[in-house]
Amino acid sequence: MFYREAGDFKTSYQSDQATFTLRLDKILFWGLMAIATFVVPFFVTEYWEKSVFLPFFIYSIAALGLNILTGYCGQVSLGTGGFMAVGAYASFKLMTGIPNLDMFLVIMLAGLVTALVGVLFGLPSLRIKGFYLAVATLASQFFLVWLFNKWEWSYNYSPTGQINAPTRDFLGIDVTGPTTAPWATYLFCLGLLFIFAWITRNLVRGHIGRSWMAIRDMDIAAEIIGVNPLVAKLSAFAVSSFFIGVAGALYFSVWLGAAEPTEAFAIDKSFDVLFMIIIGGLGSILGSMIGAAFIILLPIFFKNVLVGYCGIPTDIAEFTQIVFIGALIIFFLIKEPHGIVAYWRTLKEKLRLWPFPY
Amino acid sequence: MFFLDPFFYEILISGLLAGVMYALVALGFVLIFKASGIFNFAQGVLALFAALTLVGFQTGQIPFAHLLSLFGLHATHWGAGFPTIVALLFSLGVMVLLAWLIVQIVLKPLVNQEGIILFMATIGLAYVLEGVGDLMWGANVKELNIGLPEGPSEIILDATDMFIDKLEISAAIVAIVLVVSLTLFSQYTKMGRALRAVADDHQAALSVGISLETIWWIVWSVSGLVALVAGVMWGAKSGVQFSLSLIALKALPVLMLGGFTSIPGAIVGGLIIGVGEKLFEFYIGPLIGGATENWFAYMLALLFLLFRPQGLFGEKIIERV
Repeated sequence: MFYREAGDFKTSYQSDQATFTLRLDKILFWGLMAIATFVVPFFVTEYWEKSVFLPFFIYSIAALGLNILTGYCGQVSLGTGGFMAVGAYASFKLMTGIPNLDMFLVIMLAGLVTALVGVLFGLPSLRIKGFYLAVATLASQFFLVWLFNKWEWSYNYSPTGQINAPTRDFLGIDVTGPTTAPWATYLFCLGLLFIFAWITRNLVRGHIGRSWMAIRDMDIAAEIIGVNPLVAKLSAFAVSSFFIGVAGALYFSVWLGAAEPTEAFAIDKSFDVLFMIIIGGLGSILGSMIGAAFIILLPIFFKNVLVGYCGIPTDIAEFTQIVFIGALIIFFLIKEPHGIVAYWRTLKEKLRLWPFPY
Repeated sequence: MFFLDPFFYEILISGLLAGVMYALVALGFVLIFKASGIFNFAQGVLALFAALTLVGFQTGQIPFAHLLSLFGLHATHWGAGFPTIVALLFSLGVMVLLAWLIVQIVLKPLVNQEGIILFMATIGLAYVLEGVGDLMWGANVKELNIGLPEGPSEIILDATDMFIDKLEISAAIVAIVLVVSLTLFSQYTKMGRALRAVADDHQAALSVGISLETIWWIVWSVSGLVALVAGVMWGAKSGVQFSLSLIALKALPVLMLGGFTSIPGAIVGGLIIGVGEKLFEFYIGPLIGGATENWFAYMLALLFLLFRPQGLFGEKIIERV
């Protein structure tokens, strides 16, 4: 009735598989993208760039990656932080090793390196499942972070063990280093997020995405109907690690500019990304972004409202925030295991009949 | 040869003792997993919470003193603390209450959900408990002393020239007592039989009149007790602070190695990992930069699982469509 079509009027496979089934959806989406691309960059300040937009875009990419593995392929991973570290250190080596390389290529190559590492750590998934796998992925988290602490080549023998991003450009515009303009990094990350969301959407509605979902729903049954678990699981690990590697590379080079493995890629990062996809919605692209926005904005909210307005000491605000996030996770798992995005789906169903539900 | 090296035996023994400590934490996981099929990620935070509560009672801290100070109440301590034994009993009481709350609030609505959902719920639980623990008792590092002997054991030092902490020996003794009593409890008491029945088959247990809720409550209380013991032992060793909750991460590879469902597995796995990581750190660590303890256990467990996916003593995994 209002905003929705009143029934199912699809007549072709193409329209059944369309990302936006309504013209209004399409207009809204492209309108939003146009505002984000052509209007926001003129107003974006350093504060908004560094503490809202970049974290949101980068974590969205990471959450998309983990969602491919956990939400679509059903393999729970707690190694996200470690894979982000691989992406970050690969981009650092590429930036310092080949100074003239375009930043876009650096990011993609860093993603590829991470994909290789991801496949390596994904190999056990063929033998072990469920919690055993979740715990096994922790091995990658601890091992990789240790490796980047101890392997001096990886941080170019810098005495502090810290890595710093030099100035590099994308098509002539600086996107890393101290001389960047907020709008440049904003647009760079926005563009990458758009590309990756588009890739994800097209992967999950195609052959490979369907084989992932078959493995997720029941791997033995999937194997019997002819899905090759080796190919499906390892490809999920590869694609997921690629995304997470890209996110890690952006996290270090574009957002932070400097990193040090024990702090920046600690196990909290793995949990944060896992929480994003649980809260946002497992197996949903929109959900990954909603979850990322939620987890990114919550601390900012707590900091500004509790500390800024109510004058509560920082440590108490921080503990309250931890309790709140934990409680929220439990709440969502109990009440809405499909995450925030499920509310959106229900709303759409309701709107279809509104205001005459009978 | 390495076994003529005097250090070898010292490392072996300290590894075994450290392994007992790991096993202590792993035990809490196994108990809950066996009875409810829940992989309780919050076990480490449970140990932290128990230790914090114990210290709080011992020193007579007022809970939520920080929060109360927001409303103008600036007292942080009652007059005096409780004696250790009373504080221990009170802490146990708090853990039992906590177990009841967890079962009522978190587990009851999640009955019949997939294991992985429950696992993620316990990660949420870990966050809540960590925050509440810090809010209640403050986040500073606290010293925990319940009168266990400390320092190197002179008898062993004199006789064999080996440096072994008394605290670790007492921890080993406590762990052995705990394991034996838990085994006796689950084998020879009515409650223990009910526990094993629930572990075997939820529905069959329900149909012969065993209340799942009560059993879960008991199981979580028992693992609260194990957490308290682990928290006391680790807390006495390295102070009560946030990093105490990370011992859970140490216990995970132990579980993978030993199998999630086996109490002997937790012990043997703990010993293997304790000895393995100490020896690896001593002999191979210097060659590759040291601090290998963080990941060695995981890598060992990972390689092991490749060949035996159910762990050493786990039940054979049978899957049907």
